[in-house]
Amino acid sequence: MSDIIKIREEYLSKLKEISDLKEINQLKFELFGKSGKISNEFKKMGSLNPEERKIISSQLNDTKNELQNLVEKKIKDLEINEINLKLKNERVDVTLPSRSFNRGKIHPVSQVIDEISSIFSEIGFSVEEGPDVENEYNNFTALNTPENHPARDMHDTFYLDKNKKFLLRTHTSPVQVRTMLDGKPPFKIIAPGRTYRSDSDQTHAPMFHQVEGLHIDKNINMGHLKGCLNYFIKEFFEVDKIKMRFRPSHFPFTEPSAEVDIGYELKDGKIIIGEGEKWLEILGCGMVHPNVLKNVKVDPNKYQGYAFGIGIDRLAMLKYGINDLRAFFETDYRWLSHFGFDPLDVPSSYRGLSR
Amino acid sequence: MKFTIDWLKNHLDTKLNDEKIIDKLTNVGLEVESFQSQPSELDHFLVAKIISAEKHPNADRLKVCEVDIGKKENIKVVCGAPNAKQNLITVYAPPGALIPKNQMKLSISNIRGVTSYGMLCSEAELKLSDESEGITELSTKKYRSKIGKSYFLNKNPKTIDLSITPNRADCLGIRGIARDLAAAGSGKLRKKKFSKIKFSGQQNLKVKITKEKHQGCSAFGSLLIKGVQNKESPKWLKDKLLSVGHKPISAIVDITNYVMLDINRPLHAYDADKIDTEIVVRNSKKGESFEALDNKKYVLEENMCVITDKSGILGLGGIIGGTRSATELGTKNILLESAYFHPKSIRKTSRLLSIDTDAKHRFERGIDPNSIEEGLLLAAELIQKICGGEISKKDIKINERFKQSKINFPISKLQSITGFKVPEKEMKKILESLGFKLKTKKNILDLVVPSWRPDIEQGIDIVEEITRIIGYDKIKTELPEKVRIKPTLNNQQKLFHFLQRSVASKGYFETVTWSFTDSRINDLFKEDKKEIEIVNPISSDLNVLRSSIFSNLIFYLKKNLDRGFKDISLFEIGPIFTGNKPGEQEIILAGLKSGLDSRLNWIEKERKLDVFDSKRDVVQTLYEIGLDPYKININTKTPNYYHPGKSGAIYQNYADKFPIAFFGEIHPNILNKVGLKTDALVIFEIFLDRIKIGKNKLKDLKSKFQYSDFQKSERDFAFVMDKNLEIQELIKIITDVDKDLIKSIRVFDVYEGENIDKDKKSVALNITIQSSKKSLTDEDLNNLNKLIISSVENKTGAKLRS
Repeated sequence: MSDIIKIREEYLSKLKEISDLKEINQLKFELFGKSGKISNEFKKMGSLNPEERKIISSQLNDTKNELQNLVEKKIKDLEINEINLKLKNERVDVTLPSRSFNRGKIHPVSQVIDEISSIFSEIGFSVEEGPDVENEYNNFTALNTPENHPARDMHDTFYLDKNKKFLLRTHTSPVQVRTMLDGKPPFKIIAPGRTYRSDSDQTHAPMFHQVEGLHIDKNINMGHLKGCLNYFIKEFFEVDKIKMRFRPSHFPFTEPSAEVDIGYELKDGKIIIGEGEKWLEILGCGMVHPNVLKNVKVDPNKYQGYAFGIGIDRLAMLKYGINDLRAFFETDYRWLSHFGFDPLDVPSSYRGLSR
Repeated sequence: MKFTIDWLKNHLDTKLNDEKIIDKLTNVGLEVESFQSQPSELDHFLVAKIISAEKHPNADRLKVCEVDIGKKENIKVVCGAPNAKQNLITVYAPPGALIPKNQMKLSISNIRGVTSYGMLCSEAELKLSDESEGITELSTKKYRSKIGKSYFLNKNPKTIDLSITPNRADCLGIRGIARDLAAAGSGKLRKKKFSKIKFSGQQNLKVKITKEKHQGCSAFGSLLIKGVQNKESPKWLKDKLLSVGHKPISAIVDITNYVMLDINRPLHAYDADKIDTEIVVRNSKKGESFEALDNKKYVLEENMCVITDKSGILGLGGIIGGTRSATELGTKNILLESAYFHPKSIRKTSRLLSIDTDAKHRFERGIDPNSIEEGLLLAAELIQKICGGEISKKDIKINERFKQSKINFPISKLQSITGFKVPEKEMKKILESLGFKLKTKKNILDLVVPSWRPDIEQGIDIVEEITRIIGYDKIKTELPEKVRIKPTLNNQQKLFHFLQRSVASKGYFETVTWSFTDSRINDLFKEDKKEIEIVNPISSDLNVLRSSIFSNLIFYLKKNLDRGFKDISLFEIGPIFTGNKPGEQEIILAGLKSGLDSRLNWIEKERKLDVFDSKRDVVQTLYEIGLDPYKININTKTPNYYHPGKSGAIYQNYADKFPIAFFGEIHPNILNKVGLKTDALVIFEIFLDRIKIGKNKLKDLKSKFQYSDFQKSERDFAFVMDKNLEIQELIKIITDVDKDLIKSIRVFDVYEGENIDKDKKSVALNITIQSSKKSLTDEDLNNLNKLIISSVENKTGAKLRS
């Protein structure tokens, strides 16, 4: 029997008995190390004649490959065994609390502003802003509410100087004035923001939020106003049907003016929008008064259009069932946690306004 | 504006029921606030059930009753009636109620040591019968379901309360409301009845309106009624006034009020015998004074419109009369005034003096200047009917003649504004029924505006009149067009929204607080900014515009800590104010985090929050909005409310003048001053308006994807250096050695203490080196190492630690 066959048989049987990584590594060394048995056989081949060498070398290579494969396989098997053994002792209680992760919240007012912007973006409105501190002209006079006009009584104004020249804006309408003075028609904007009135009780806060809307072009009429608001209310409340009522009213800066009511009913103490026989006033609007257009250097004989103002906090209350307006501004951690929104819930039209 | 349907029907013939009238009022723009009976004294008497009746501990004849009055909790009433017993249903009168029999007002009382809330009533006390022996016994069957309800039916007529917008002065009289309803097809406006008065003699009291600048009176009509007998008003008149919430006083005063409510024509009656010689309507002089009918003495400014006689001021024209010439029950001769005062003058005077009266409310909105005579006659006739007397001829002095306004209205304007067409015939019918006089000229309506509609000035007002009478429900709904003129948000607005959600995603709860704050807390965060006072704050602790968001955040943090929360993260994004003029404001995002990291955590070590927590949140947020980490520079120049040694200011670029953010631990003195107790408090603020964001969109910002597959090497260095040398500086020096090869630098140890000199620290760095062009040889690496070491040593005086 040639040495090669002997080596093969000897090691095949050894391999079977081995059950430990140390031993198999030792065996691997014995066979394939620098002076291992297989390596030695290769060295011997130098003394053979070419005919013999051809036969032996093929025999030797086959044996080498066979043993090598078996050894590698055995190593893998033993390694896996070893890991499995180790795993038996590596058990934790996975029901223990995880490492902590904190995600914050977005305030309902911010969320609703984003919802509103998303809805109006769909019909081509862009967002404009104006300063919280306004002058008396932009807040009143330019909006066709001159001094000594009784409508000024309707706004309890915070003043910042004795002469009543500077004030905290009582509505977002001065943004209309600024936008039109700064640009050229057409205008198609919404302007959300903080507004202020010195009024404070359960349903009034000295600061609240409004969104102003303005669309001025060559032939915008009350039908467009109605269509725009009808679309907005339906989208905002995420209902298919909406009952809406336009009723004549008066604002100095629009003519004709309207207040808009939406139909609702109470079910188990919760307001259901779009059904029922009751009416809820949600916004004021109208066709921009020609005097306002003149004041902002827009020719009322060429251009006309509508404007509206909506209370954002009130919309948020209606949509999300929040009862108390004052709570919006009291930073109660429990309230923020309850009514706040996940920052990943970015309102958009393609994924839906809200989850 | 309150009125009853009955009163309305004095002016309007209608077949509509109450509900239809209410609807119609709303549809024409007269908003109905409420429709209910005027409250009655008797509303307070409730059906109640005795739950238990125990003997009074200190009085044999009294009982202490527990009574169910339909509220959440039963109340306790002490009662002497022998028939008071368990389950009896009776009538209960609460404290404050007026007992019909003796007009006694009930109050909470202590009866022999037991507090009694109100009273259980006998039939006699309720004036139902003479039965006074025991309390009223009501049938269980009939009343068991009415516990807590009012016992007496309210028989007062139902009153409609309208919220009249400031433009509709004419609807401050019931006739004006009737006119609107008639125009809208809800009935027929009754014709005015013209009085047949026998006049006797002239109005011989001299009246003069002075010609002067700022004269607030343009016409003054008057007549005398001699030999009247003033008295209590007859029942019909008292009832009418009561039904709309007016208190009857005497026939003469009541009649003037009646005419005011009926046709919106304020009048004033003087006791003619108390007028000294003549009436002069003139401007007041500064310092003049008089005692008004509200029993207050008013000291006047100059140029207020006053009615005077030889002895001085009689009253403020169109606002309030004076006591000196007031009518009384003994008044014999009266002068009746019906005048026109300018709205602006009325408003100015009443604002300066803070007076609000029914007359002022009407005159400042604009009274019909042509109603002077009608008012005089209507009132005079009624006075004569009720109080007798002889009526003089009228005297009307005119200072400034009223000009009727005219409007040329192009018929096409209606459709252009409203989007729908109305036949010309219908337009005319509506306008005529509202009192317009009109002629048609080639698609134009020549209109004369009725004198009672000062609000109608131009064509657009005519559009509103026609549209509201036809009904806003006729306006079509046009589908919105999806045409965009501009992008929805500009870059600054996008930044706002991104920052808001970026910070919220790091565990902070967004809050919204007032733009104003308490000056005492604001002072702690104001630094050298100007204090911006609110002239008329809502309360003394919200008296200034905020100079920083922290004053409010800290205030509400304290409230939440008081609620038992410890680990709180809050932020707000909004304006702070630097001056009291438009534009003197800045958008800030301010955040705070209090307490411990990993409080009571089984796996992670609990630790106090520190400056590096706030640095992580602010720096990460800045990276997320796209700022270049290699350009950002940090120094220690922070405001005085930050811990001086544990806070930093971030600059967008090395050479920038203004920081874009601050972060750090709060100054311990602040906690002390506001009385705040927490394990730790770290804060940060980001100045949105100072961040410069390029105009490039993401599509332009994504550059070509380049990477290197050549061998990476890592080398560790430890330097011993001056304690005050900033790591930022060290990193910059190393980076500058070779920006291409040095891919990243990590600081893995900073050590001070044993084996290191007192003024030194040891800093250990791990530097990753990789070329994008070739595999670096040992020689390349060694050269770079040497360069790094020599650069650091030369530029900082540091030494490589051996």
